[in-house]
Amino acid sequence: MIEVQDLTKSFGDNIAVNHLSFTVNKGEILGFLGPNGAGKTTTMRILTGFMPATSGTARVAGFDVFTDSIEVRRRIGYLPENPPLYTDMTVADYLDFVARIKGVGPDKRRQRVDEAMEKTNISDKRNELIKRLSRGYKQRVGLSQALVHDPEVIILDEPTVGLDPKQIIEVRHLIKGLAGSHTIILSTHILPEVSMTCDRVVIINHGTIAAVDTPANLTMQLKGGQRVRIEVQGSEAALRDALSSLPGVRKVDVQAGAASGRIAVSVEAAPGEDIRSQVAAAVVGKGLPLYELTGVSLSLEDIFLQLTTEDAAHASAAA
Amino acid sequence: MRSLYAVYRKEMGHYFVSPIAYIIIGLFLILSGYFFMAFLSEIIRSAMQQGLEEMQYGGGAQAMDVPGLVIRYYFGLLGTLFLFLLPMLTMGVYSEERKRGTMELLMTSPITDLEIVLGKFLASVSLIAIMLVPTAAYQIFMLFKTEPSPPWRVLLAAYLGLMLLGSAVLAIGSFLSSVTENQLIASVLTFSAILMLWVIDIGGQNGSTFVGNLLGYLSIIRHYDDFTRGVVDTSALIYYGSLIFLGLFLTVRSLDSMRWRRA
Repeated sequence: MIEVQDLTKSFGDNIAVNHLSFTVNKGEILGFLGPNGAGKTTTMRILTGFMPATSGTARVAGFDVFTDSIEVRRRIGYLPENPPLYTDMTVADYLDFVARIKGVGPDKRRQRVDEAMEKTNISDKRNELIKRLSRGYKQRVGLSQALVHDPEVIILDEPTVGLDPKQIIEVRHLIKGLAGSHTIILSTHILPEVSMTCDRVVIINHGTIAAVDTPANLTMQLKGGQRVRIEVQGSEAALRDALSSLPGVRKVDVQAGAASGRIAVSVEAAPGEDIRSQVAAAVVGKGLPLYELTGVSLSLEDIFLQLTTEDAAHASAAA
Repeated sequence: MRSLYAVYRKEMGHYFVSPIAYIIIGLFLILSGYFFMAFLSEIIRSAMQQGLEEMQYGGGAQAMDVPGLVIRYYFGLLGTLFLFLLPMLTMGVYSEERKRGTMELLMTSPITDLEIVLGKFLASVSLIAIMLVPTAAYQIFMLFKTEPSPPWRVLLAAYLGLMLLGSAVLAIGSFLSSVTENQLIASVLTFSAILMLWVIDIGGQNGSTFVGNLLGYLSIIRHYDDFTRGVVDTSALIYYGSLIFLGLFLTVRSLDSMRWRRA
């Protein structure tokens, strides 16, 4: 449905997207995962025909996004990062306007507007001015705007930003419900979001693809690294001595001296290893009193950090 | 065509829910009503005085064309008001959409840049037409109450001139609104551009050199004066037509460049 080949976009010297290639199959939900400034928004803007690429091609439903821009735009529903709302219109008037410029005929317009409001659960606000709505409702109006012409492809830039947890779950359900009949690309920097909604994930960093896989595989790969936090009475040197020789331990970080001579230490394990019992045994075996031991799985920030530092390491190794 | 109408309809709705259109129309009608009365009474008074003087001292009776003078002064004033008020009408046309991010919606919809530009332009032209409707009451009053009654051809020419002048200002204003996200900057730029076109002929007023003539031709208000005298000159039509075309063309180009520039 969507084919992206060697897509590059530079703003002056700054390369936002660097030779990106991927495909999205019909009815699939593809997640774009990456830190801010990774090139997610730029890629989406190229796909929606908002801006042309510097080089490379992108095709949506067989149409080139640059040469057949209008045909592509007819088939795409797009929710930008900031929902593009005319705040002095009512919800119904706004959706009617969007349906008109998206080319929905007068016979179907009313029905499509009603459907889009129902799907996003905003029918009760249909006659409210958009500026009077809360952030969450505004986001949902933005989402219904992307659905109103029943497009084949839906592109959502951070669709759950600014929503409360209950609304986030609703929106994820909605997006999942749209799959099959629609092809969807959504961007996010929240890992659980990707694993809950997407069939496939593209991790982007510095405008290039860092990984493409199913969320299950990625989570296993990325979350494998476990971290254990312990609080021990004793000297730093003795602890290091006890822990760094353990098999499966990758990194030992002394964080800070806790109260009354105890120190807090974070121990990072290699992927797939559960080192909690070994750590406990090693500490106690050295005769050091153990006060606390907690398993922490790596947060997304850590994973990004890992990915980006690994990239840098690879680069310096290659050079 | 349908999308053009959708944009037009949205713009008209926007004008009438925001206070700006009401403020501009209200200001325009108050000022134009006041000046109509002032011009009318002043011209009638001086005509009567002239009549009295003629009776006292004798001399050739030269009747004053009261309606003609009122039309000239009155429409001259309306033109000046347009130059001041219309930049405020166009200042937000594109800058606000850019700021709110709705430009991204328009530019990713199956609608051409030209349709966006024309839809918005026609909406603003319709608004000034609506603004002018109440002023027709004064002309109707003159048609029935003055002797000789004003020639309706002159009135039509004056209204045509006013619409052309207004449309030219709106076209320039919408272009300058599309180059910035800041409404204030857009209105200041438009004022400056209009002011330049207004006073451009001062330098060449007395000379009949080529440059003087050229500057005179470029003056936005000089062509308009002809219309208020009932003269519809082809060169004036071409002048305003070119300004409108140039403004709209530049706006379309400006939207296009937004796609290439924006980070």
